[in-house]
Amino acid sequence: MITLSQIFKEKGYSRRDFLKFATLTTAMLGLPPAMFPKVVHALETKPKPVVIWLEFQDCAGCSESFIRSTTVMPTEVLLDFISLEYHETLMAPAGYYAEESKREAIEKYRGKYILVVEGSATPEGVYCTVGGHSNYELLKEASEHAGAIVAVGSCACWGGIPKAEPSPTGAKPVYEVLRGKKVVNIPGCPPIGDVMVATIVHFLALGKLPPLDSLGRPRTFYGQTIHDRCYRRAFYNAGRFAESFDDEKARNGYCLYKLGCKGPITRNACPTIRWNGGLSFPIQSGHPCFGCSEPDFWDRGFIYRPLSVVEGGFSSKEIATGIAVGALAGAGIAWINRKLRGGK
Amino acid sequence: MKRVVVDPVTRIEGHLRIEAEVKEGIIEKAYSSGTMVRGIEIILRGRDPREAWAFAQRICGVCTTVHAFASIRAVEDALSIKVPENASLIRKLMIGTLFVHDHVVHFYHLHALDWVNPVQALKADPQKTSELARRFSSYEKSTPGYFADVQKKVIKQVERGQLGIFSKGYWKHPEYKLPPELNLMLLAHYIDALDWQTKIVQVHTIFGGKNPHPNFAVGGMPCPINPASDTAVNMEKLGRVKSLIDEMNEFVEKVYLPDLIALGQFYREWFFKGEGLGNFLVLGEPEGDSYREGRWFIPPTFIKGRNLKDFEDVDYREVKEYITHSWYRYSVGDDKPLHPWEGETELNYTGPQPPYEHLDVEGKYSWLKAPRYKGYSVEVGPLARVLTMYARDLYGIREEVGIVLKGLDLPLNALYSTLGRTLARGLETKVYADAMRGWFSKLLENIKNENYDVFNGEKWEPSSWERDAKGLGLMEAPRGSLSHWVQIKDGKIANYQAVVPTTWNASPRDAKGQPSAYEASLVGHRLHDPKEPLEILRTIHSFDPCLACAVHLYGEEELEVRVV
Repeated sequence: MITLSQIFKEKGYSRRDFLKFATLTTAMLGLPPAMFPKVVHALETKPKPVVIWLEFQDCAGCSESFIRSTTVMPTEVLLDFISLEYHETLMAPAGYYAEESKREAIEKYRGKYILVVEGSATPEGVYCTVGGHSNYELLKEASEHAGAIVAVGSCACWGGIPKAEPSPTGAKPVYEVLRGKKVVNIPGCPPIGDVMVATIVHFLALGKLPPLDSLGRPRTFYGQTIHDRCYRRAFYNAGRFAESFDDEKARNGYCLYKLGCKGPITRNACPTIRWNGGLSFPIQSGHPCFGCSEPDFWDRGFIYRPLSVVEGGFSSKEIATGIAVGALAGAGIAWINRKLRGGK
Repeated sequence: MKRVVVDPVTRIEGHLRIEAEVKEGIIEKAYSSGTMVRGIEIILRGRDPREAWAFAQRICGVCTTVHAFASIRAVEDALSIKVPENASLIRKLMIGTLFVHDHVVHFYHLHALDWVNPVQALKADPQKTSELARRFSSYEKSTPGYFADVQKKVIKQVERGQLGIFSKGYWKHPEYKLPPELNLMLLAHYIDALDWQTKIVQVHTIFGGKNPHPNFAVGGMPCPINPASDTAVNMEKLGRVKSLIDEMNEFVEKVYLPDLIALGQFYREWFFKGEGLGNFLVLGEPEGDSYREGRWFIPPTFIKGRNLKDFEDVDYREVKEYITHSWYRYSVGDDKPLHPWEGETELNYTGPQPPYEHLDVEGKYSWLKAPRYKGYSVEVGPLARVLTMYARDLYGIREEVGIVLKGLDLPLNALYSTLGRTLARGLETKVYADAMRGWFSKLLENIKNENYDVFNGEKWEPSSWERDAKGLGLMEAPRGSLSHWVQIKDGKIANYQAVVPTTWNASPRDAKGQPSAYEASLVGHRLHDPKEPLEILRTIHSFDPCLACAVHLYGEEELEVRVV
């Protein structure tokens, strides 16, 4: 069995390079430093995990995001750290041999492979078939012997855009199709590539799934809201808001709350890990967060509608302190959030 | 007659199935089927037109942004919104980035393995590979050590017995004809491009916050310009955009185009098959954002029967769609076409229940509709655009085409082919990469003159809109002409339709039985081994299929108000 440590060595990397990778992995996974030796040990001794990646009612945006990972570059992900045995968008063979690749991988790595699912699935098989087989059957078949099941993107996690009203094809999220099985949800439209890679690395390094919240999301990346970690939070606290795209306030980086920012009710790592090499994220580039990692966000109303229940009550004159603004609005949002989660 | 089925067609976006009738190893008829449907146009009905772009964008994550652009342009057209020049320029920079990214990724990661054999690369001599690479280009990474490292990487895959994405490739197929050194060179660039592409999309990240699926705004762009702010678009960010544009140009000139030529030498026969229709359509890419201004970056053009002399301008009323062989039902009868403004939707699946062996190609057999122009089956995409630029003598493309074809000792007619299409994609990438420099300079000049405007909010409020408005958004997307057609009534979307490049190219037959570009292009291909349909993949991949884009439902006429 070839291990990651050997791979590093044979690639001409030093032990120091390897330890650097392990440090990065430990840090990305948000693990306590005490876990570091364990990660090192695991990376040194575990073989490359096999990944079978299925696409159903998808746009391939999650696959695209996966190959935008920059903490571990896509070349290394694909050639060195995982063995991607089935992925329609990237694999060499088509048709018969593509399907045979999958059958063989399922057989050979029974109970060990990671099944990644992109896109929702529909019980009406005729709306999504691959190789003449219905998506439901393909999903059930591939999940049966999977070592771990990971739903990537909001379509696989929550139903996403195909499930947006009036849900023309009856699209369902993976966990609903595979009731009774543990499904890791990595939501986002798409999720950040580094987050997808890190979750897989976690499984590889530690041999188990990362700690998940009640909705199956890795706590490391979905434990806090965008708002909690937003670099514009100080403007929010001070009651300074942009009123329109491109007004003086927007040009000076004020909070986008009044433009409909859903940062306060959205759990994701955008403000910390950021996108495409840690360069920016939607709010940093002037657009409010529209909550693309939250369940059923497409049906939560106009994306530019402010969350606030306190209409026009955000000028600094009317509210005594900035902190109070935050606390008040936060309470209001929590209420809206509960209401939304309760149903439409 | 034998029926050969390729499903899934891989290394594309989405779910495509090809069925071909083969006699004595030669394809006599081919049928193209889209096997997945989501219904995004129905989902758009009743929504606020200002957020339509976000929904439409999710039609596709590979050519991410194209549906967002077409959507905001359609809504801006309907609401008569004039977009500030800076916003148009930023959008153009994002479009240019998309073209360079998408075409390069298509060539290396979706198409190259049809021509390049990684197993053969193991036999290459890295020293000779380096010498070969330097004959084609001055690219700095062409050292023997670099190629030796790549080779080691591949050897590891083989030794480990975990070939990953290269598993079960048709590596013993006699149609692979490159010498080992060229296989190694192109494989090295496959790997190089995979990491390179993570970076150049940063143009989208700077202006749109992320990629895939960056953000936009009806009326302009949401990213403010302010040289005095560390969070807005400032000189630090523009400097980065400038470097990224340079990097894109360098990769296209030093890697992508030389590789196309190197590869072309060894597959000459593929410049003489796989054409298909001979009719080409470009709906047009506006110079700004509105087609009404009549200023074009790529002018609308219809080329019939390879006739580059008597090309025609385009009449948008002549775009019509058939569903005779598509799983839909029309109120006017399934044999009549409808213009997108009168588009109808009713799902009508009549195919076999899965699991199935074959589709009934005499009846309905695809989730794609069949768009036709003036009743003709046409091809859209890079080849149509390069022919347009050639016919109209734009951007020096005649000279570029001439140099490349002369180098390969090929006639002009060689463009009408599988590899001609692949070559055209490379040539237009250079046109876009070049143009980005001009768009960037203009943006910089405006900023120098203290023009920072990126957003026009005059018509943001629905109270300022007409009660009933229609808009058309055009966008030349990497895969071809894209058009979004929106009808807005009482502040909500009443009807939304997208006529998409892959729908043009990959559609099923129409009422007259005319095949689409995919279907026509495969006829005459000889298959060495039907289980290893490499020949089919080569020609189908030369179109760069995008099936999630191609399949969608059209909204019905009547307004259905949703509570949002």
